[in-house]
Amino acid sequence: MERKLLFKNIDVPGIATYDVYRANGGYASAEKALKTMTPEAVVEEVKKSGLRGRGGAGFPTGMKWSFLARPEGVPRYLVCNADESEPGTFKDRYLMEHIPHLLIEGMLTSSYALGAKTSYIYVRGEFFYIIRILEKAIAEAYKNGWLGKNIQGTGFDHDIYVHPGAGAYICGEETALLESLEGKRGNPRIKPPFPAVKGLYDCPTVVNNVETIAAVVPIVNDGGEEYCKIGIGKSTGTKLISASGHIKKPGVYEIELGVPVEEFIYSDHFCGGMLTDRKLKAVVAGGSSVPILPADLILKTTNGEPRLMTYESLADGGFATGTMLGSGGFIVMDTSASVVYNLYTFTRFYHHESCGQCSPCREGTAWMEKILHKILDGHGTMTDIDLLWDIQRKIEGNTICPLGDAAAWPVASAIRHFRPEFEEFISKQAKQEVNHNNQHQPLAVTS
Amino acid sequence: MLFSDKTEALMRQIMRRYPEGRHKSALLPLLHIAQAESDGWLSVPVMDRVAEILSIQPIEVYEVATFYSMFQLKPVGKCLIEVCRTSSCWLRGANDIVAHIEQKLGIKNGETTPDGKFTLRTVECLGSCGTAPMLQIGEKYYEDLTFEKVDQILEENKNRDNHSTYLSKTTFQNHE
Ligand SMILES: Cc1cc2nc3c(=O)[nH]c(=O)nc-3n(C[C@H](O)[C@H](O)[C@H](O)COP(=O)(O)O)c2cc1C
Ligand code: SF4
Ligand code: FES
Repeated sequence: MERKLLFKNIDVPGIATYDVYRANGGYASAEKALKTMTPEAVVEEVKKSGLRGRGGAGFPTGMKWSFLARPEGVPRYLVCNADESEPGTFKDRYLMEHIPHLLIEGMLTSSYALGAKTSYIYVRGEFFYIIRILEKAIAEAYKNGWLGKNIQGTGFDHDIYVHPGAGAYICGEETALLESLEGKRGNPRIKPPFPAVKGLYDCPTVVNNVETIAAVVPIVNDGGEEYCKIGIGKSTGTKLISASGHIKKPGVYEIELGVPVEEFIYSDHFCGGMLTDRKLKAVVAGGSSVPILPADLILKTTNGEPRLMTYESLADGGFATGTMLGSGGFIVMDTSASVVYNLYTFTRFYHHESCGQCSPCREGTAWMEKILHKILDGHGTMTDIDLLWDIQRKIEGNTICPLGDAAAWPVASAIRHFRPEFEEFISKQAKQEVNHNNQHQPLAVTS
Repeated sequence: MLFSDKTEALMRQIMRRYPEGRHKSALLPLLHIAQAESDGWLSVPVMDRVAEILSIQPIEVYEVATFYSMFQLKPVGKCLIEVCRTSSCWLRGANDIVAHIEQKLGIKNGETTPDGKFTLRTVECLGSCGTAPMLQIGEKYYEDLTFEKVDQILEENKNRDNHSTYLSKTTFQNHE
């Protein structure tokens, strides 16, 4: 019943190799685009498809592409964001590991549309084994005439390079990624100018997520109109969901946008229901940055309608009662999970990953981690809950990049929906073991 | 000589992936290689040599090396164990895994065993949340961990003759 576009052939033995990929219809989109379409026509199909960026923000891809500046004589770049570090998200890794040529083909077709002669895939450094897989696929693509000079006799030249990160979540933010790719610290840039005008090496640049670029392949093959027949309203096509936590079958699922959340959690072709007979308590639906929702609100909107896996339905009710699809990192918690402790892991994460440029984010995330640590240590007071609320409110909207908001929202939503749990923990002077954090780099270097 | 001729040649080859005048872009890959060549950590002389190769100031290397969590600025054990303990891994028992390793090795998170064989570190989400709990040693991911699996991993790594590092040099292939 579900239609698969990206993972249609993922179970074909040997699909990671060029020969098998090609024999199963691989590189057809590149062939079609380069031989029969103008670059503008490819952009038009992507616009028609309604595809929205799969990296988290959900910005329409066709529109982003049409913003790309095209001054004479200045190179343009496509940069693939494979930094995948949002807690709860592991779909891009799965795609690159199992069907790497889909990304290479998508890079080629997209680069043709954008007029980019060089593109980079920025892969998080911890995924070195994935880099090896991509390097191999790229070498095969060169060998078979899909990369390099005069590709398949069309006159189009293109080179793809893989670039490793080195452990920094912030480098997933597109301007931090570009800084990092230029060999600098991953400090996000102030926008504008946007990368579409001044990106990599001050040249016009498009940054897209792995899954977004892969989705260009079926869009060009079948046409944008066909793609947007899948899904509901402005949530078109399929989406990769990374499912983890207290469920029977964690993993990556390609869903048609519009599947009810309840079906996604409980049906056998997705998560397979709860891990044990403990009940569903809460879900973080789109990666650590999005608001956590309690069971009743994730399954149904406040109008009593079933919540669907779409950008709009998950956001229904705003932040008061809704959340976001984000990167599709779907973390499920049963009644044994402490929302307070979970929040501590997120807050520690944002503190660790803050680049430190803006004081609300740098100081605020550190302070929130400390307060949560103190609460878990059995020394919290009721006023700490209000203090947490106050700090997150002062971070949100006051920073250079959205990491500040991403650190604030989990705190706000945990208090909004689970305040009694914080109060109970504090009033009981309960204690939960916290592993002490020794991972900060020393400031001094040793010879 | 800090790096072999072969390694320096590889470094120069990677620099050619970036446009003329933009060779500083190669800094992260070069530091990864340098670290792999230098017992898994970056000393000041090693970083200075990388600066020389890239024709940039040493401070430009230090400021980057201190920013990214995969670069070690002090010596580490032969086997660097990195355990994820962010939400999804925590939900599936990561704290118990950390405690188990601490007990087995007799060290705390962040420490190195006196014989220099193991360093234990906790890290944030490694993009392996669906196969939690998990840990990384060098390039390798160990997933769906149990205490038995952890014991086996420790056993396998107790007599390593080289440092676990994130890459082997074959990772970078030549396209030219
Ligand atoms: C702190 C932070 C981390 C991010 N991490 C990622 C990431 O790991 N992968 C990704 O594709 N996008 C990430 N993004 C979103 C990117 O900034 C950017 O919106 C995205 O790569 C654009 O591609 P898309 O339009 O195809 O989604 C992150 C954003 C922020 C603010
Ligand atoms: S919000 Fe945080 S991560 Fe983003 S630029 Fe400011 S300090 Fe850096
Ligand atoms: S939370 Fe541990 S790998 Fe993602």
